[in-house]
Amino acid sequence: MRSPLSGARVRRVLSTRRRIVAAAVVVVLLAAALVWLARPGGDGFRTEFAPLTVRSGPAGDEPVDLDTTLYLPGDASAANRVPAVLLAHGFGGTKDSVRADAEDLVARGYAVLTWTARGFGRSGGQIHLDNPDYEIRDAQRLLDWLADRPEIRTDSAGDPRVGVVGGSYGGGLALLLAAQDQRVDAIVPMITWNDLSRAFLPESTGRPATDGVFKKGWAGIFFGGGGNAGSGPAGIGGTSAALPEGAPASAGPPSPGPGAGPGSGPGRGPTGAADPSCGRFAADVCAAYLRIATTGRADQAAVDLLRRSSPAGVLDRIKAPTLLVQGEADTLFPLAEADANARGIAATGTPVRIAWFTGGHDGGAGPQTDSDRVKFLTAQWLDHYVKGAGAAPGNDFTFSRIAGFDALDRGLVATGYRTTDYPGLAGTARREVAVTGPAQPVANPPNGNPAAISSVPFAGALGSLLDGVAGDIPGQHARFESAPLDEAVDVVGAPTVRIRAASPTGEAVLFVKLYDVDPNGAAALPDGLVAPVRLTGLPKSVDAATPVEVTMPGIVRRIEAGHRLRVVVATSDQAYTTPAEPTVYTVAAGDGPLTLPTVAGEPIPTTAAVWRWVLAGLLAAIVVGLVVVVLLARRRHRRQDRSVHPEYAGVPLVVRDLRKEYADGFVAVSHVDFEVHPGQVMGLLGPNGAGKTTTLRVLMGLTQPTAGEIYVFGHRLVPGSPVLSRIGALVEGPGFLPHLSGLENLKAYWRATGRPAADAHFEQALEIAGLGDSVHRKTRKYSHGMRQRLAIAQAMLGLPELLVLDEPTDGLDPPQIAEMRRVLQRYATGGRAVLVSSHLLAEVEQTCTHAVVVNKGRIVASGPVEEIVGESPSVLFEVSDPEAARTVLDRLDGVRVLPDGDGQLVVDTNGTARSEVVAELVRAGIGVDRVVPRRRLEDAFLALVGENSRGSGDR
Amino acid sequence: MAGSSVGASEGAGSSGAGAPGTGGAARGYRPSATLPFAAEFRRQASRRRTQLALGFMVLLPIIILIAFQFESGDDDGNGRGEFASLADLATSGGLNFTLFSILVSASFLLVVVVALFCGDTVASEASWGSLRYLLAVPVPRARLLTVKLVVALAYSLLALLLLAGTALLAGTLRYGWSPLRSQVAAELAPGEGVLRLLAVLGYLAVVLLVVAGLAFLLSVTTDAALGAVGGAVLLWILSSILDQITALGALRDFLPTHYSSAWLGLLSTPVQTDDVVRGAISAISYATLFWALAYWRFTRKDVTS
Repeated sequence: MRSPLSGARVRRVLSTRRRIVAAAVVVVLLAAALVWLARPGGDGFRTEFAPLTVRSGPAGDEPVDLDTTLYLPGDASAANRVPAVLLAHGFGGTKDSVRADAEDLVARGYAVLTWTARGFGRSGGQIHLDNPDYEIRDAQRLLDWLADRPEIRTDSAGDPRVGVVGGSYGGGLALLLAAQDQRVDAIVPMITWNDLSRAFLPESTGRPATDGVFKKGWAGIFFGGGGNAGSGPAGIGGTSAALPEGAPASAGPPSPGPGAGPGSGPGRGPTGAADPSCGRFAADVCAAYLRIATTGRADQAAVDLLRRSSPAGVLDRIKAPTLLVQGEADTLFPLAEADANARGIAATGTPVRIAWFTGGHDGGAGPQTDSDRVKFLTAQWLDHYVKGAGAAPGNDFTFSRIAGFDALDRGLVATGYRTTDYPGLAGTARREVAVTGPAQPVANPPNGNPAAISSVPFAGALGSLLDGVAGDIPGQHARFESAPLDEAVDVVGAPTVRIRAASPTGEAVLFVKLYDVDPNGAAALPDGLVAPVRLTGLPKSVDAATPVEVTMPGIVRRIEAGHRLRVVVATSDQAYTTPAEPTVYTVAAGDGPLTLPTVAGEPIPTTAAVWRWVLAGLLAAIVVGLVVVVLLARRRHRRQDRSVHPEYAGVPLVVRDLRKEYADGFVAVSHVDFEVHPGQVMGLLGPNGAGKTTTLRVLMGLTQPTAGEIYVFGHRLVPGSPVLSRIGALVEGPGFLPHLSGLENLKAYWRATGRPAADAHFEQALEIAGLGDSVHRKTRKYSHGMRQRLAIAQAMLGLPELLVLDEPTDGLDPPQIAEMRRVLQRYATGGRAVLVSSHLLAEVEQTCTHAVVVNKGRIVASGPVEEIVGESPSVLFEVSDPEAARTVLDRLDGVRVLPDGDGQLVVDTNGTARSEVVAELVRAGIGVDRVVPRRRLEDAFLALVGENSRGSGDR
Repeated sequence: MAGSSVGASEGAGSSGAGAPGTGGAARGYRPSATLPFAAEFRRQASRRRTQLALGFMVLLPIIILIAFQFESGDDDGNGRGEFASLADLATSGGLNFTLFSILVSASFLLVVVVALFCGDTVASEASWGSLRYLLAVPVPRARLLTVKLVVALAYSLLALLLLAGTALLAGTLRYGWSPLRSQVAAELAPGEGVLRLLAVLGYLAVVLLVVAGLAFLLSVTTDAALGAVGGAVLLWILSSILDQITALGALRDFLPTHYSSAWLGLLSTPVQTDDVVRGAISAISYATLFWALAYWRFTRKDVTS
């Protein structure tokens, strides 16, 4: 008795423990998966920090300390030499600003050498602006150093296999180094310049830099940033939108703030105290800046100095295949710079590829798709031309256009396009749009204040938003507008427009801008780009003026149908230096239309297209999966054993060797075996927890048996067997929809069977329920007994051949119980049978023809009720002295006194004749009043299930 | 029960063992005819919670409409984000009003409603005890789930359409039939606007499949209807919270709520479908997984309620 109990408990505890362990394992695995997914990038590389002292300068004898880091792939060694990449940072940055790009490249199998350029960070020396004698020579010494490293692949002694990658300042270095040192195998200059003098002193009618308009905003930021070691536009694409220290945070004035002037930075450089007006700039560079910034005009010496730092003059010496990446949102180095570089390099037959992306010095890295494309192109270029792996990259031209805002993270979304040939800034076709407007007087504000805002340097992605911010000052600009476009135009390249101007001084500085005006009147200045022009020799009257052609900065923009184009000619711009004297110019439209270059690009398939296929595939897979599952289910259904057990064909219910063991190890039914024949009212009798309800649950297909079979009219019963439709059941109490009335509940139930309404026999069922008018009340208001009666009525709907009732008289009053007996007995005629489970013994005795007694999951007796009752060997004695009688009876051999609650003497005579027992009592002087054979089932029940009436549920 | 005379005489003839159907079924019983769609639809329609939920879908746009009437003229320039812009534009026309109604209900109200319809359907039957009688009919378990699921989805869709339909009707009556405006796109002509609106509704319906799947899975695993509904809503909220934590990086892409607002892309010109497609993949994958688990679980489990 004890051992199975503790055994079950042990099993249960074990099972619970097993579940906890399983849950813990799942949690740990999930956490591990998360950590693995979120882990920082692999550490398959090593780094070497080293201050290198190189000798450079015009004579190559001036030592300078460079702060370097070499990233080596984990498997690089003398036996496994790897190609190298020289990764240069942007102006104001350090080797640390390109760390992320270096890690990307080293992961691709390159040794990456980053260094802080002279004049920045911990490196020594002064800033010479990528001077061939200084910065470029430093880089040549780094090539020497690389060639000496045992891990670096070399083409010949002293000639490492190396590519040079850099953005902005680093891009300029890449171009100049490739021109100066033929050991460079490939370069990827990004967002960089062709002619530094033109970049800072642009003029859009083709005049030389000495006549250029000084781009004071950008110049000031760089001059300020050169004094300390901030992080500038650096790294691949120079695309980090990080601000250099001392640069205005966003929409502040584009010139250095008071705290960011030259030399005001921390001055971490080892040079110590320097000229406070020049910071770490070399004296000649500093002097040139001071001269230009003071007057707003560049003298020839200053222009020469800037051109010395420009690739423009040395492009024909570049033999390394070049991938030029240029930003569309770049008011510092616009697309024209890359265009000039591309034409110059390609002229000598060197492979050149051009890519435009929607970022730049203003736009940052651009949308994710753009930085992904740039990274891909860079890797492809280096892999082929430096590592020697992969097919030759084509020279097709890729560019992208802002398509709108991302719906999720509010970032920009760009669409990529490609064409086979680089069309230049003039496009492959052009569209002419007439812009008209009267001649308008425009005032030049004294000292350029107030000034129009077109762009804010370092505004990052904000720059694109300035489309809406860009403002022109009333009275300081002239407008010329087109009619609404009847079809959309994809502008790719530099538009041109002709204007006429008159000035009382004969000279004018003007800013020409092209706005996209939507039907609501909102005007957008693409990427904040403007074309500054300086006109001289102007007449006093506009009628006498000759038209001049203005080439505007290259843009990539779709002008939608219905939009207008507006050409604005303004006299001031915050980003530029304008003449200090107040003047009034007159501006008129030129003699020709506005010309818009267009390129018919083919959209680059993005991952989005892949996802569309994934979606289609997923849907197809689900459909196929569903079909397969349904087919398998049908097949299994067809294969199901449908044979009728011949022996049981006429038997309403046969239960064979039923066993049910729950997942927690509890055995509810260990062995149950009985039959219900037509005409029988079978009672399933047992104490609470004996396994009656579990047996019925299995019988109704609610629970899967662990072992054993059930046959209903010979059909094997499994959950959902059609033969269940011939069984009406009340199991574990009624179950009704509380918001429906009794009648509606019965109807709803019958509708769910899908059988004809005529087969239901509602009237008879309702008669049994005997609910009267209450049948129209909601069941939630029913009493327990009413619900019970309704449930019995529901079980009888359709007059099933086997009626299974679990504790049917629960909640019924005595007259109803009596009536129920009669109903059940009548029901079990005409081939039908009834199975009633109950723990009320009297009920079974009075109602049932047959009974099965279950205890602790086992059948302890079965058969006709009379037989079971007849088996009872006990006798009830009413005696004068029960105590004395007990002692007498105890002496008798085999006779056993059963314990009885109310002091009566119940005796198991166990074969001894009753007369003998009576005689024995009388002999002992005990008066015997009555001797009643205990023929009641209760005794039989007690006798069969044992004295301990505790339910098997407690086992 | 008085004087009932059920039994022998009538019973034997009508239902008797005379002509059993296939598999020994009772006459007229076909597994595929059990629990007809219409029967289940009526079962659910008669429930107070169904009527309340659908009624609220009609009421909400009208409440919003009335609330807009109280709007004081001064605009405090809360021009931040898409929500503010849509709120500002809500009174510009029927289409924009509909869009606003959808926006305010998409993140929570619709989630609750869908979770209610899908989470309550099986669990409530289990808690009433009527589930075991349906299974004893017998309604095949897979059929029971399919009918329940289809009806729950039908009610969810009905709720969505009722909300949008009422909003469109009320908004158009009040604010007129004008183009759809939004911050991310230019004006859309009313015809085009209706199409965009339908696309938005379609995408929302797809995203809400995750809730439907989760609630349904919980519904078959628990007998407590409240647990199933609340659990689904809770997990949805948890996912939304996690989605706010940018430190999770790419992991967020796997959260079922990550793409729940991608429908905003359907308003821009040109239409941005990338995130919509990814969102649909995510939602359909999750929903399929949850439903598959629900079927797997329910067709095997012991119904003990």
